[in-house]
Amino acid sequence: MKHSFIDKYSDRSSPIHRLDPRTKIMTAIAFVIMVMVTPPGEWLAFAIYLLFLAMLILVSRVPPVYILKRSLVVIPFVVLIGIFIPFLKTSGSSGSYNVWMWDIPKSNLVLFASIIIKSWLSVISLVLLTATTQFSEVLKGLEKLRMPGVMVMILSFMYRYIFVLTDEVLRMKQARDSRSFGEKRSRQIKTIGNVIGTLFLRSYERGERVYAAMVSRGFDGEIRTLSSTTMRYTDLLYTSSFLIIISIACLSLAI
Amino acid sequence: MKNAVEIENLSYDYPDGHEALHNISLAIAKNETVTVIGPNGAGKSTLLLHLNGIIRSNGAIKILGTPLTEKNIRWVRSKVGLVFQNPDDQLFSPTVFDDIAFGPLNMGLTGEEVRSRVQKALAMVNMEGYDKRSPQHLSVGEKKRIAIATVLSMDTEILVFDEPSANLDPRAKWNLVDLIERLSMTKIVASHDLELVNKLGGRTVILDKGQIVCQGPTGEILSDTMLLKKHGLAPAPNISTS
Repeated sequence: MKHSFIDKYSDRSSPIHRLDPRTKIMTAIAFVIMVMVTPPGEWLAFAIYLLFLAMLILVSRVPPVYILKRSLVVIPFVVLIGIFIPFLKTSGSSGSYNVWMWDIPKSNLVLFASIIIKSWLSVISLVLLTATTQFSEVLKGLEKLRMPGVMVMILSFMYRYIFVLTDEVLRMKQARDSRSFGEKRSRQIKTIGNVIGTLFLRSYERGERVYAAMVSRGFDGEIRTLSSTTMRYTDLLYTSSFLIIISIACLSLAI
Repeated sequence: MKNAVEIENLSYDYPDGHEALHNISLAIAKNETVTVIGPNGAGKSTLLLHLNGIIRSNGAIKILGTPLTEKNIRWVRSKVGLVFQNPDDQLFSPTVFDDIAFGPLNMGLTGEEVRSRVQKALAMVNMEGYDKRSPQHLSVGEKKRIAIATVLSMDTEILVFDEPSANLDPRAKWNLVDLIERLSMTKIVASHDLELVNKLGGRTVILDKGQIVCQGPTGEILSDTMLLKKHGLAPAPNISTS
């Protein structure tokens, strides 16, 4: 019905798009780790990270607004988790702000801001990964990086069937809406429960049919794949420039 | 000459005890086209699932002269290709290429051989250039064609279709019928679309309540309106099937 995409813009062409998926996955993970281990309050390092990402986005020709929108989705969750950090008691005496009835230590605010910035930076890098790599390529990359075949397969089924399932939910919703109107809230909740149950059963049955289709084409539990991608000169170039930028950020930490 | 498929006294009960197939006997010669028609719930799909051992009951099936057993199940599945009714069930991979390559890879083929088989299968269903696409972004008609390609790539000798024309608009349906007609191997098609059955010709078997009630040349069976009516298959009054 609807044509939705997880990996929108991934079919474009740019130097970033053409990189081997393994290069992109590994550098994205390395970047996230690097961001995570950067001590809080290192604003210069954060600025270099952001600059680096901005550069990549520019080269990848993915609309920056799209990446920004996607990356902001997680911020509310991070805020929710970190919301208590400013109010924690600390022994340090780096000064504090008085807000109504609380004493908020300055170091806690720095920590809070750093956590938000760190998670935002990490998410941008992952959004960039999915926006420049077709999902099937990501899967191939994960497989080559020795991720267990079963997990790759689960991800691949998720990618294949998530929109089939949302379509199914949409149809059930339309069927419900065309027969129910002005119901009490409690009745509605009951209907939603039924919808979830039905969806589970249908997915289960679909699973059986998909499995039958796999078995009838000789599937015996072993996952076989074809190797096709090869690392190229540009992958080496990308990885080394990535390392250089990371080390510049490290240097900025040292001074 | 050995028959492509031989079924002898096949009976099958669903796990809940309900009888699905009763004493089915059917022989299909090599390169023959056989259509199995019958109302919903007649046991058509259950019969088809027996042909490559997805469902096994009393072991009365011979494929190319060899009885189907636990030991030769892999061989049987490389000979009998099943095209399922819903292409969303059959196409489960992130790309069309992966889906068509799935069968050949499971047969133990590698590298260039798999790639050339995928290209050949795509060409056979007139879908060249679709290998990088994701199945979820194809039309139903395109999905059906790719679903057929996924078994053609295994070089099967017997093709089995379950309701090939389900959910297709007339144009997509006739394109698909043309495609099925062009394939030269043994074909077994279950359907209750009499237009399709008529076009494919060959031999027709009527299945009702798990039993074969009648079989004969397609033209003869389809012209017996009383017989069709009796088994819930009568065509609409003013649309001719000829």
